Amino acid sequence: MRPTVERQVVLPWAQVLRISFNALRARLFRSLITTATLVLAVAFVAYTFAVYALLNALWPHAPSELQEKIVSSGYELFAGTFGSTPKDRWLIALSLLVCAVGIVNAQLMAVTERFREIGTLKCLGALDSFVIKLFVLEAVYQGLLGGAAGSALGVLVASVTLLVKFGTAVVRHFPALELAWIAAWSTGLAMLLSLTGVLYPAWVAARMEPALALRTEQ
Amino acid sequence: MNGNGAHNVVRLVDVVKVFRMGQQEVQALRGVNLAIRSGEYISIMGPSGSGKSTLFNMIGALDKPTSGRVFIDEVDVSQLDAYELAWLRCRKIGYIFQTFNLIQVMTAIENVTLPMIFAGMSRDEYMEKGMELLKLVGLAERYQHKPPELSGGQQQRVAVARALANDPAIILADEPTGNLDLTTGEEIITLLKHLSKERGVTIISATHDIKMLNVSDRVVWIRDGRVDRIEDREKLKISVGEVA
Ligand SMILES: Nc1ncnc2c1ncn2[C@@H]1O[C@H](COP(=O)(O)OP(=O)(O)OP(=O)(O)O)[C@@H](O)[C@H]1O
Ligand SMILES: [Mg+2]
Repeated sequence: MRPTVERQVVLPWAQVLRISFNALRARLFRSLITTATLVLAVAFVAYTFAVYALLNALWPHAPSELQEKIVSSGYELFAGTFGSTPKDRWLIALSLLVCAVGIVNAQLMAVTERFREIGTLKCLGALDSFVIKLFVLEAVYQGLLGGAAGSALGVLVASVTLLVKFGTAVVRHFPALELAWIAAWSTGLAMLLSLTGVLYPAWVAARMEPALALRTEQ
Repeated sequence: MNGNGAHNVVRLVDVVKVFRMGQQEVQALRGVNLAIRSGEYISIMGPSGSGKSTLFNMIGALDKPTSGRVFIDEVDVSQLDAYELAWLRCRKIGYIFQTFNLIQVMTAIENVTLPMIFAGMSRDEYMEKGMELLKLVGLAERYQHKPPELSGGQQQRVAVARALANDPAIILADEPTGNLDLTTGEEIITLLKHLSKERGVTIISATHDIKMLNVSDRVVWIRDGRVDRIEDREKLKISVGEVA
């Protein structure tokens, strides 16, 4: 009888989901800080676009004195609709850039901190793909949570601000569908940011020889 | 298992390992030849920096040699793909480290069952076996505790239980008693000896610990990345006797 080597099974997604969820829960505080960065950036983006959506819904139904009030509040009308100004787009780009750098930094640290853990997992029989899945899933959870919280916050603040400024007419012509759409794509944006940050460090960590990963000090 | 004790579980042929750091080169292993038979209890001794951990990583397929070959159960490790390597690390070898290396965010039972989850066992199977193993190392009642809530000796016992999860043919231990006090270290050594006797597991342990010598079948002395000498237990008694 010749002893042979078999092939390691790929872990079912249910197990990967469970393990990554527990890992995230155990590091809740750490990951909430990462998530907070996402919340802020996404809230800002969602706020900006939610304001214009609300104004566009309100405008056709607004009496002329309210229209005057809106324009005198500093909101500019282009060809009959409100939309992002070049200044808005600059601010959004800038805030996203700052957020992206923050996220990459946070994720890079999170992965580096866990080199030893990754080395151990590989000693126990983890495949490279498992390590990548682990980090990608954690990033997805953070993206979902940060995105949902951030876009909800942005839309809420936009609605409340306009309600205070222009009264209940804002609620009467509430563009619920459009706001839901804004919330959806900004959550997607959060996910994209979160994944951008984690992919490279996770790939580096997964490919490392376990011996090297185990050598790193904790 | 003990019956076919004649075959080599581990065989190293001219293993060289060079670490390059910029301009500098460190020759950690300078051509190691070594054959370890199934069921043996081997201690690897040598001064700090002599290459014990590097050798440990070679035997455990945790790193690639610069040149030379490593055979585990007469299979050339360099010929294995990623999936086969993972299988080997998961099923054939159990690792024990000086720094325990438990997953900090997992409980004792989660740590012990992890290799079995990787091996594709069902939940019922791995939970039962996990509790059995924790019982074996005397920690059944602490199964819900995480490593920070356990003492060093207890953590190392969890690590021993984890190393046994998939009934490996080889247990590799890199200074398993290095971070433990005398009595706790002795407990771990007794546990390892027990395993090698009862289960026929091959134990390969790098160590500074003289107590390890008494339980070893053979001692491999490493110096400057080379095997200095290999001593059997019989001869050992004499040389240790001289020291004492
Ligand atoms: N990843 C690495 N990069 C560079 N040099 C390394 C690396 N790993 C080991 N070395 C060097 O190789 C030599 C042998 O190291 P090794 O860790 O194997 O020694 P050791 O016998 O285990 O020592 P100790 O008893 O202190 O644990 C040392 O000179 C060390 O500096
Ligand atoms: Mg060492």
